[in-house]
Amino acid sequence: MPSDRVQKVLVLGSGALKIGEAGEFDYSGSQAIKAFTEEGIETVLVNPNIATVQTSQGLADKVYLLPVQPQFVKDIIERERPDAIFLSCGGQTALNCGLELAESGVLDEAGVQVLGTSIESIRDAEDRQRFADRLRSINVKTPESKSAKSLEESIAVADAIGYPVMVRFAYTLGGLGSGRCADRAEFVSRVTSGFVHSSQVLVEEYLEGWKEVEYEIVRDRFDNCVAICNMENLDPLGIHTGESIVVAPSQTLDNDEYHLLRDIGIRVFRALGLVGEGNIQFALHPKNGDYRVIEVNPRLSRSSALASKATGYPLAYIATKLALGYGLADIQNPVTQTTTACFEPALDYIVVKIPRWDLSKFVLSSSELGTGMKSVGEVMGIGRSFEEALQKALRMVDTGAEGLIEDGGFDRTEELIPWGEPRPDRILRIGRALANGVTANEISRVTHIHPWFVAGVENIVAIGRELRLKRGQVLSEVTLRRAKQAGFSDVQIAGFIGASSSEVASQRSQLGLHPAVKQIDTFAGEFPASTNYLYLTYHGSANDVQPLPEHERPVVLLGAGPYRIGCSVEFDCCCVEAARSFRRRGHRTVIINCNPETVSTDYDESDRLYFEELSLETIIEILRLESPIGVVVSMGGQISNSLAGPLKAAGVPIFGTDPDDIDRAEDRHAFSRMLDREGIKQPAWREMSSISGVLEFCEDVGFPVLVRPSYVLSGSAMAIATGPAELSEYLTSAADAFSRAKVVVSRFIEDGKEIELDGVAAHGEIVSMTIGEHIENAGVHSGDATIVVPPQRIFSETDRRIREIGRKIARALNITGPFNVQFIARENDVMVIECNLRASRSLPFVSKVTNYPYMEAAVAVFLGEEPPVEEVCYRDLKHVGVKAPQFSYSRLQGVDPRVGVEMASTGEVGCLGESFEEAFMKALIAVGFRFPVRAVLLSTGPLKDKVAFLEGARHLSRSGAEIFATRGSARFLSEQGVHCNAVGWPDDGEPNTAEDLIRNRRVDLVVNIPKNNQFEELSNDAAIRKLAVEYGLPLVTNIQLACRLALMCSQLPELQIRSLDEYHSRVSAP
Amino acid sequence: MNSRVELQDGTVCFGESFGATRPVAGEVVFNTGMVGYPESLTDPSYRGQILVFTYPLVGNYGVPSGRLSRLESDEVQVAGVIVAQFSRFHRHADADASLQGWLRDADVPAISGIDTRFLTRHLRAHGSMLGKILPDDRDVAWSNPNDLNLLSEVSIKEPVESGSGAKTVLLVDFGCKRSIETSLLRRGFRVKRVPWNCCISNEAADAVLLSNGPGDPRHYSGVIEQVALELAGDRPVLGVCLGHQLMALASGCEVFKLPYGHRGQNQPCREVGTRRYFITSQNHGYAVDLATIDGVWLPWFENGNDGTCEGLRHSQKPHMSVQFHPEARPGPNDTAFVFDRFLELIHAK
Repeated sequence: MPSDRVQKVLVLGSGALKIGEAGEFDYSGSQAIKAFTEEGIETVLVNPNIATVQTSQGLADKVYLLPVQPQFVKDIIERERPDAIFLSCGGQTALNCGLELAESGVLDEAGVQVLGTSIESIRDAEDRQRFADRLRSINVKTPESKSAKSLEESIAVADAIGYPVMVRFAYTLGGLGSGRCADRAEFVSRVTSGFVHSSQVLVEEYLEGWKEVEYEIVRDRFDNCVAICNMENLDPLGIHTGESIVVAPSQTLDNDEYHLLRDIGIRVFRALGLVGEGNIQFALHPKNGDYRVIEVNPRLSRSSALASKATGYPLAYIATKLALGYGLADIQNPVTQTTTACFEPALDYIVVKIPRWDLSKFVLSSSELGTGMKSVGEVMGIGRSFEEALQKALRMVDTGAEGLIEDGGFDRTEELIPWGEPRPDRILRIGRALANGVTANEISRVTHIHPWFVAGVENIVAIGRELRLKRGQVLSEVTLRRAKQAGFSDVQIAGFIGASSSEVASQRSQLGLHPAVKQIDTFAGEFPASTNYLYLTYHGSANDVQPLPEHERPVVLLGAGPYRIGCSVEFDCCCVEAARSFRRRGHRTVIINCNPETVSTDYDESDRLYFEELSLETIIEILRLESPIGVVVSMGGQISNSLAGPLKAAGVPIFGTDPDDIDRAEDRHAFSRMLDREGIKQPAWREMSSISGVLEFCEDVGFPVLVRPSYVLSGSAMAIATGPAELSEYLTSAADAFSRAKVVVSRFIEDGKEIELDGVAAHGEIVSMTIGEHIENAGVHSGDATIVVPPQRIFSETDRRIREIGRKIARALNITGPFNVQFIARENDVMVIECNLRASRSLPFVSKVTNYPYMEAAVAVFLGEEPPVEEVCYRDLKHVGVKAPQFSYSRLQGVDPRVGVEMASTGEVGCLGESFEEAFMKALIAVGFRFPVRAVLLSTGPLKDKVAFLEGARHLSRSGAEIFATRGSARFLSEQGVHCNAVGWPDDGEPNTAEDLIRNRRVDLVVNIPKNNQFEELSNDAAIRKLAVEYGLPLVTNIQLACRLALMCSQLPELQIRSLDEYHSRVSAP
Repeated sequence: MNSRVELQDGTVCFGESFGATRPVAGEVVFNTGMVGYPESLTDPSYRGQILVFTYPLVGNYGVPSGRLSRLESDEVQVAGVIVAQFSRFHRHADADASLQGWLRDADVPAISGIDTRFLTRHLRAHGSMLGKILPDDRDVAWSNPNDLNLLSEVSIKEPVESGSGAKTVLLVDFGCKRSIETSLLRRGFRVKRVPWNCCISNEAADAVLLSNGPGDPRHYSGVIEQVALELAGDRPVLGVCLGHQLMALASGCEVFKLPYGHRGQNQPCREVGTRRYFITSQNHGYAVDLATIDGVWLPWFENGNDGTCEGLRHSQKPHMSVQFHPEARPGPNDTAFVFDRFLELIHAK
């Protein structure tokens, strides 16, 4: 029987998205909250991640947008008096916070029970030595290993095991600092830096070439224990599972291997006493069947999100029910609604997960993959063959590939591109290598990728080769079908045969060659299922579902695809909220998305879910069946937005702003002409087809200038040049990008304030808008900026002008739906720099701060209905909201961690307060800052910034912080009467350098303002920044942010513990 | 070579032949397991049946055809095989042959390129039915394995003894999976494996295990009489699958045909009277009607999905039976404890 005692539960979220801990916890948290609510249990959520679904209205009863840290959670416990706390759905952040609260006795004192797996069991799984000991006691093999707490001790251990060895650190996210060490020298260097984040290292035998296999296991308190899903990594051991291509179910294991590992998994979770859901990772010898248990996660994880979407089994929901004391068999399988949840899903398809990396966003970042995680998102392709699922996933990941191999892949390059090292695009490189004569055996030998997978890749290449031979010919039905069954897209096929994709599509139509719609039902068809979870396959002759009846024709919403830098959980939040609004208004909804880490792909968020590609071809195929009343393209970020035009051209009804008007905002020239016509200012700019005229233009308008290619596929190609030298250096370094695209140069407004407007309009008239002010001046990407609502430091005339311009633009583009405009203002001179006719990254933040439901309003105007009335304008709010970026630099060794024109943050938080300072401080704490600042290391860049920060330095000094400064800054500050200690540069070779300060953790904040905004300074400054990240110290690299932070430190605000509702109820009070 | 699947109700699916190229008829059934095709294909309970694998990729790791101990019997037992795709490439340290080559050598017809999900849903909706695999448009007469006495085909002809334990288990072979024998040997029994038509109660042994096997148990009246004679005594008896059904019939209970059977590795079974569920390996088309169980027999296990009978135990005698496969292979080992309980019964005697 479930525990009756629980009436109120505290749910811990995972905070800002970071590498290793991302959107998957929005999925698990949301499902958990739903499960609690279903039981009549009041839920209180702590999560500062304002862009999530779980912090949206209608889920948790109370939301605290506060850091998931013991001091805050303790206060919340005192205030809310919950009976229980749930730690399993907030990743390592929630688990660590819970462990600390338990250790400090807070939970016991407050009588708060930990739901699900006990603290003791969590410790058994988390502490590497305890884990190894526990497993040894039940005769389960783990890699030969020993833990050590000091460098000396660890060297002895490694020497005894013999190199190469594997090192791992305890209590870290996603394998931070872990890796293979070939010899003692590499070992010493890795372990030294690892001890910065962790106090314990584990040295292990290195299992080269072993398969990596994972099982997701659930267990109830009656000891019923089942394996929901097994997954096999295509990339063998040595590459973090988050970095691996993963298939489910396993493909190369036979019955005995599959069940050997399953049995061990169950035995381990029984021994650990897990209650709920967990994940176990195995190494399996490819020949003799020997195994090792590598890792156990006693909580929901990224893998469980994947397994949940791969099987259709709602793991987080079930885990929550189990934590409440239900037996597995007491719970109905929500997919069939007739059978029990106590079973193991049978799949009749294969899924392929591919991670999404954005390493090219980072200068100097090594793109070699290993045991640490660097990817920022993932996609999952579903098919009835490996080839089909793999090629789908390769397109879904949206890095420009049209599949595994394209026509150009067969061009014999002089020197074959390297395909052996594990890199983000290794699978594509392998395809090209096979196309160019490297044998499959050679590839398996070097990479240890199982030959079965290589054979699948080779099959795709062979079909590509066959298509190539048919260039200029009409394909036979057999050939075309074979290509489609192997996952080739129309565009990809068209490239091989020298036709257009529409020609291929129309040939398919003539032949009646369309994909079949299949259900994911957890039972391989054995039981009737009311499941709405669907995918397309060319290995099928019949659809599982019929079109909805004419009077229930649905609305189709396009999701956001993989999480990546610049497009993340915020768009999933928009999509889910929009879908819910449609449903509330009586409409059937269909969601198309391909990201397993999302809430939008949950079984209960839409009437039908197509886990599919967000491509024109696929969407058209889905619409053939669904014939919707309209398609929403404006909630899923840029991928869906850019499909508006092509979908309209295909005769598909689009909700909201006309795609032609969207195009007028996207087309630089058209948009610029419109601004001119409306008398709206913009920075001077020009698009040039060659780099020859660039210098002339720049000298004309004056430096600095912002230069970029006219379109960016991925990666970095944008920069600010302050003079001719920098300009030509940049143009040379980015020559590759400019060989494929035009050069866009615009004047860069120095010292300009950036301001954003988010709004919803109906037929050109604004329904509601909110203005947010960036703390950082122009030059910092809006996704990396700290944003405050309502604006604090802009003239009211600026505010008035911005609203006026917003109205003009809405009218001129006849906007219906969400839109975002970015401005730059100096004095009251306001210019427009960008406009997007879609939901923006900041829309969920703005919605939650103002309590105006922008997504709901957008849906209302789409349907021609009355939008909700805006009760309070953003200017009249009684609180302030601050959104702060979360960076993941500590995962990206060698990257210079400073903000600039290219976005680098992986997530964000949003906190509220009585004052700017209060909200600001909460937000900073939530992204890793610590206050009060006791000692700070300053190097404040050019004289201008030194002067600008003088007041800030005084504030810090007055607040009692000890000030260290690098020589130039120290001299300046001393001259100005600020007491400080001068320190040497890292390359001085003297003691007491900046480096020593950081290494010895003598400072707890580093303010390091780069000398200029452009090129990588291979300098001391960069060394200090990197070191600060390596040692986990908060780092500020922007002068405006530094000044505001210092000012805040001069009088630290009192931090109120208040729920989101409490802030808002004060707003709506009469 | 083009081939097609034809069902009794007129449904036709087109595909390509990949095993033996002769036409074949049988009862079409589906199995939802995701691994273990060599074990399934050699399971004698599938005798006379055409097996549909719902998992669409079959043959990835080849077949350990040279290692008989890895297979459930010495030959491919199914009448035919229907898959979405067979793997043209396989690799495994234990693979001696490809699925295709093995089926060809065993003269078993097979067809690929079939929408097995469609076929499965069709069988689920309309029940298991007779069907044919027809390569190259050649036809063959319908064949219903449930009308045949298949036991003589799958059972050994002469008794075989193995193992060297102090206690002997009489293993009555109705088409016994090798893993049942292995499960007994591993627990230290001497196993005397006897043909299906032996006089069970006349055989000297410490206990009796009635094995799995193919066909409609209601047709095996001679065997049922033998089982009834045995059950009149006090010797420990364990029935597995068909053996379980025969014990029920011998005790006066009734057996009915399930619409499309239970074949897979994910069926939850509850031990009656407890909250313990086990994931079981299953392969049966008939079930014991719980309503017909009399007082001396108690339900032991029940299916978590549809509540059907999954095991019985006698209220006084050391007799018990399970519908599922405690020997696993293919499938999970969660119910191996059934053999341990059997062992306890024997030692308690």
